[in-house]
Amino acid sequence: MNSIKRTRWLASLFLLPFALFFIVFQIAPLAWVAIHSLQAESGWGLENFSKVFSSRFYRQAIQHSLEISFWSSVFGILIAILGSYSLRKVDSRLRDFVNAFANMTSNFAGVPLAFAFIILLGFNGALTLLLKQAGIIEDFNLYSKTGLIILYTYFQIPLGVLLLYPAFDALREDWRESAELLGANAWQYWRLIGLPVLAPALLGTFVILLANALGAYATVYALTTGNFNVLPIRIAALVAGDISLDPNLASALAMILVGLMTLVTVVHQWLLKRSYHVAR
Amino acid sequence: MSRAETGTARLYHRLMVYLLFLILLLPLAGTLLYSLATSWSASLLPSGLTFKWYLALWSDPRFLAAFGQSLLVCVGALLLSVLLILPLLFVVHYHFPRLDALMNILILLPFAVPPVVSSVGLLQLYGSGPMAMVGTPWILIGCYFTVALPFMYRAITNNLQAINLRDLMDAAQLLGASTFQAAFLVVLPNLRKGLLVALLLSFSFLFGEFVFANLLVGTRYETLQVYLNNMRNSSGHFNSALVISYFLFVLVLTWAANRLNKDKS
Repeated sequence: MNSIKRTRWLASLFLLPFALFFIVFQIAPLAWVAIHSLQAESGWGLENFSKVFSSRFYRQAIQHSLEISFWSSVFGILIAILGSYSLRKVDSRLRDFVNAFANMTSNFAGVPLAFAFIILLGFNGALTLLLKQAGIIEDFNLYSKTGLIILYTYFQIPLGVLLLYPAFDALREDWRESAELLGANAWQYWRLIGLPVLAPALLGTFVILLANALGAYATVYALTTGNFNVLPIRIAALVAGDISLDPNLASALAMILVGLMTLVTVVHQWLLKRSYHVAR
Repeated sequence: MSRAETGTARLYHRLMVYLLFLILLLPLAGTLLYSLATSWSASLLPSGLTFKWYLALWSDPRFLAAFGQSLLVCVGALLLSVLLILPLLFVVHYHFPRLDALMNILILLPFAVPPVVSSVGLLQLYGSGPMAMVGTPWILIGCYFTVALPFMYRAITNNLQAINLRDLMDAAQLLGASTFQAAFLVVLPNLRKGLLVALLLSFSFLFGEFVFANLLVGTRYETLQVYLNNMRNSSGHFNSALVISYFLFVLVLTWAANRLNKDKS
């Protein structure tokens, strides 16, 4: 009995280094942010938060963040759904190749991606000029909200494919055949069987994409040198900018972002529990 | 379903897959072409092809330094991660299985807290004082450990479950091995391949990390991504060569990880 106790005690010693590093680099910074978001010049309170919500500038940052995240997730998941469903239906060589390629492009984000888009779709980008010459577009501004939604959509697609491809496992081919035998058309099959079965996985992927876009900083920073007003840019500007440093206000903004992300994470965990794989 | 219909369905699926491929390929192909072009403006194709941008890049000492520093930070972070996570996982799964539930919540933190948020606290906590680390590679190594943690934890857990840790340990101990011997000589070799795959994939996304590197360290210990961002005002062709070189490097790593993964099954 005693020796078992000693082994367990020794074993728990091995948890210490991990705990130390995790606290120093993950817990402590978060705790600092949480505490200081409640600290203002006049003492403790919600002053920082009321400052954020009464400022049009910060409200715009939050709104831009939400809009860009939402639309890029919608477009990203739509392309990912169509793509990954078709991926399952083509021969294995093409499928493996495109799957592997999607995997690799999921690392193509941030600064390099922004540069690639500037080259293609910037004011003098090859594609911009091409489309202008063809008369398809009159003008295109990559450094706008629309431009950012396109850019974000691009980095959402590989992640969406990565997450959705296995989800289609839940759909069995014989259900489709049975539905057809019973006289259902394709639309009825999808509405009554396909989509309800896939719904948790689709929603789960959607919230992951939302979180992915909400927290993204590198891409928009590299594209607009921090001149586009979204939440992560505002936070960074308040702690690492050249003017108007205000770590407490940055903390309040950061807590709002963490709040949004936590909501998304909780919803995802809940959906994961409800998803068809687990139920089976 | 008639044959003609299956034919159109097959054509449709092939088309969709090609379209997906094309969308994903386009920015890369454009950048590749730009990096090889002598000059390219207001025309469909560049006027000539050259390797001079790559030569300029690969002979730039600042680029080579940034590349080397990125390598060092990522390798350092992964070493630290393995040293911290492997014993943790072993102890959790062998001695305290109930801790796994807590760990699964803790490893969500790096997801729920974006790097830009952590940076706010990190800058204030370690900017000065007894633990001043801001501006040094050490803080990056620590932060990258948290970035790699969720992925490494999940990947190694899956491997541990696949090898049936408890049976393996019991068998080794029955044959007279101590817990340490069993862990090092029996369990570890069985994890080698899975660990290598996890390390390669972690490396490929740590190599692209920008937020921590830029906010906490910047030019004081320039990594590849920060260098890339700081070169924004140089020639677009030069930058393209940089982007393509970076992507090819990551491509080789992920390709190797994929191959290893396939051999395993």
